[in-house]
Amino acid sequence: MEAVRSQRKSLVSTGVGSTLPLYRSAPPLEVRLEDFELYAIDRLRVLKGISDALSRGKKPDEMEKLVLDLWKTNMRHQHSSELLNKDIISHFVLRLVYCRTEELRKWFLSIETTLFRYRFRDEPPEKQRALMADFDLPYKAVTIAEYESVKEKLNQVARAIGQPITTDAIYYKVPFEEVPELVAGRRVFIQKGNAYIAMNQVVSLVITQFRSHLSKALVLTNRKWTSMIREQEKDRLVPIIEALSTSYLGPDYNQPREHAEISLKDIDQIAKSSFPLCMGHLFEKLQEDHHLKHGGRMQLGLFLKGVGLKLDDALAFWRAEFSRKVGAERFEKEYAYSIRHNYGKEGKRTDYTPYSCQKIISSTPGVGDHHGCPYRHFSEENLRAALTRMRVGNRALEDVIDKVRNRHYQLACTLTFEAVHGSSCDAGVNHPNQYYNDSQRILESQVSSSWTNTKMACKGYLCHCDFVIMDLVV
Amino acid sequence: MNREEVENGGDDMLIDRDEIEQRRLENAVPEGFNADYLKAYYGKIFPYVDMFKWLSYGNDGKHPGCDHSYFGRREFSFTLDNDIYLRFQSFNSVSELENAIKEKCPFKIDIGPVYSVDPSKRHAYSQGGDNIFTPVEKELVFDIDISDYDDARYCCSGADVCLECWPLMTIAIKVIDTALRDDFGFSHILWVYSGRRGVHCWVCDGKARRLNNEQRAAIVDYFRVYKGNENSSKKVSLVGPALHPFLVRSHTEVLKDYFEKRLLSSQNLFLNEERFEKILEMIPDESVTSELRGRWLSNKRSREEINVARWDQLKNLLQSNKQKGQGLRRCIEEIVFTFTYPRLDMEVSKHMNHLLKAPFCVHPKTGRVCVPINPKNCEEFNPSAVPILSQLLGELNTGGFKGEGDNEWDGTSLGDCVRYFRESFLQPLLKSCKEEIETSYNAKVQQSRNSISW
Repeated sequence: MEAVRSQRKSLVSTGVGSTLPLYRSAPPLEVRLEDFELYAIDRLRVLKGISDALSRGKKPDEMEKLVLDLWKTNMRHQHSSELLNKDIISHFVLRLVYCRTEELRKWFLSIETTLFRYRFRDEPPEKQRALMADFDLPYKAVTIAEYESVKEKLNQVARAIGQPITTDAIYYKVPFEEVPELVAGRRVFIQKGNAYIAMNQVVSLVITQFRSHLSKALVLTNRKWTSMIREQEKDRLVPIIEALSTSYLGPDYNQPREHAEISLKDIDQIAKSSFPLCMGHLFEKLQEDHHLKHGGRMQLGLFLKGVGLKLDDALAFWRAEFSRKVGAERFEKEYAYSIRHNYGKEGKRTDYTPYSCQKIISSTPGVGDHHGCPYRHFSEENLRAALTRMRVGNRALEDVIDKVRNRHYQLACTLTFEAVHGSSCDAGVNHPNQYYNDSQRILESQVSSSWTNTKMACKGYLCHCDFVIMDLVV
Repeated sequence: MNREEVENGGDDMLIDRDEIEQRRLENAVPEGFNADYLKAYYGKIFPYVDMFKWLSYGNDGKHPGCDHSYFGRREFSFTLDNDIYLRFQSFNSVSELENAIKEKCPFKIDIGPVYSVDPSKRHAYSQGGDNIFTPVEKELVFDIDISDYDDARYCCSGADVCLECWPLMTIAIKVIDTALRDDFGFSHILWVYSGRRGVHCWVCDGKARRLNNEQRAAIVDYFRVYKGNENSSKKVSLVGPALHPFLVRSHTEVLKDYFEKRLLSSQNLFLNEERFEKILEMIPDESVTSELRGRWLSNKRSREEINVARWDQLKNLLQSNKQKGQGLRRCIEEIVFTFTYPRLDMEVSKHMNHLLKAPFCVHPKTGRVCVPINPKNCEEFNPSAVPILSQLLGELNTGGFKGEGDNEWDGTSLGDCVRYFRESFLQPLLKSCKEEIETSYNAKVQQSRNSISW
């Protein structure tokens, strides 16, 4: 694929077979620079929409509709013959954008795979079979004799996952490693290492292939990027690509905002006034138990780093609590290391980034754990109690609980923010450190309706994808 | 800073830290465990050759398909007496391994993954920019600690364990072992007593060693029924109109019997109000819980079978509640699962680069050897009968040198453990490793023939 300036030379039509491409290799197309960017932005809107929906915990059937709608709205083209090209071009542009760090690759991989999943499910069965053949999957349907021997178990699984039981169902037998998501959800019968998957579960098999291809391709693209493209395209594509990548991920909360340093003596005060519930809860538990398990230490520790707690203060902070439970000596031996590690002072010296809402929501706290997203992981009773302690009024509390019941955890947190601060939060809560920063800003400015202020402060700090996209488009 | 990080690769340091503390306490009780005892153990008893044979997986043979770099790419880590933690140790032969262990006398030996290159030379490879130092193989491992069951047992808490609560570990072994064999098709599985408060499991089939992190996580999730954390009351959640065959089998073959015939009475699960309230909390129907509560509060006389009687009442009432349907009947299973189902430390199993304590280590707090457990008769395993270091050394001094072979352990009470390891685990494992090496070698030869014959 080559990007060219305005005039278009040629455009090869690949128009054969399915409308769902596998993106195996970059198309031999020439692309106008404007299209290069505009197509990518359109696709980014789709991906961003999917990502938001996932973090709000949408159900699969809601996702299906949402993804297809997003696709139809954003991936239109005035010439229907161009639809496929737009699809392919935008995918490959974004590959370039999102190949550059592990974190970007991970995000892109997961969202593109989700997109592919719902588009695949939307294809008619004969197209699905054709796509399966394109992936060179060697699996055959199980014979009737074999089906009879495991029929009872297959039906039991079908009942367990609420699928209708059919007697003439087609099952494929595949190594369980090929369908990890079905194994993880106990959505298949597994015997002697083989999973029996129903025709409507074939998508999982295809997805595994799709993801593994894309994952490898992203690493290769990254190599090409560092070895060639970055230098060759310094003036032309690189600025576009960099703008595109920052337009999604929002601000990097690894660096505390300007002039924001906090000192130890203020920490109790700001915890009360400005910590989101997930962090306030950890903070409270730490003070109560003088201990937190690993997941809690990571979630709170990195948040505090993002808030502006310097390494020395962080060590003092954790030491003060932990030494009451385990003694100062044991603290130095067993816990200090991981704190310095979080600040990039040990081990592979990566400066770790505070966790986003999406990461916290998708965590799986177990027995003894206090981390995770309270809106998702607390029982309703405990959540109500916690919100009352934050002095969230009755009415607002019911609104929050309502959002939680619909699994809109970030919206629930946003409503809590608004109730506590008596001020709107238009951008929504996407990150605990954003919650904290917004809270501090409101408290500092003492202006209750602070939309203009927020907007001012948002310069160079764009936390909402749409702003950036607007800037690019205008 | 007391802790000396000799190797600074500790970024994914994932070992059980509290054993360091336990060891310190232990020094006050020299008759159970000390460095000199350990030196003697490493000097005379530790089964180096068997460990080496195991972790070589047939690659130490003469077959042209053997990968002689294999054992040398395996990470070991040592925790030494003075709290020094050495990561990324690697050894090219059994004698290198033996000499290092004898010289350093580690209080704990952990086994990590096999890397793409020799882990002790990883810095040399990191210069190139591309990170080619990466884990490529690791046994699928499970770690189960009795301390994670504190809300399901009343006899002990924390790291303590007794014969009343040890059956929880037996249940875990039975449930997981059966699933690993029958469902996932693995056959080379080693269960090991962790020396104090739990068990470890090593799944060593080639296919298991090569699983990626996502596949490992999938298996862990397949086993997971716990959705709760400290802030939600319901810990086990069995949803859906029916249970998955794996859960049904676990329930009918293991959990139900252990719950009704053992734990119900041995743990006195319904003994008093505080305890039965915990169980009533799991039933989401006010009318049922208040009826049961009323009956139990008015009938306080303590009988031998009070637990059984109350459990039967609870079951009858829930099962008879036809109009409320499946949801309530499912509560019975949820209660059984809550008090019996295995609780895995999930993080240990999910990642290839997680380290796990080696079999045949000695636990510094208890002085007990981490011996293999035979899953076929795991109900007979008694943690308090596991050989203690001082006992073994005594046996060496007094009755020793009677073994038939040239192995010192033969005459000690560790003999049966090593024999089990060798005959029931190692021999079948190495047999299938040889077959695998042969097959893949032939395939390679065939392939190169094909590519030549163009």
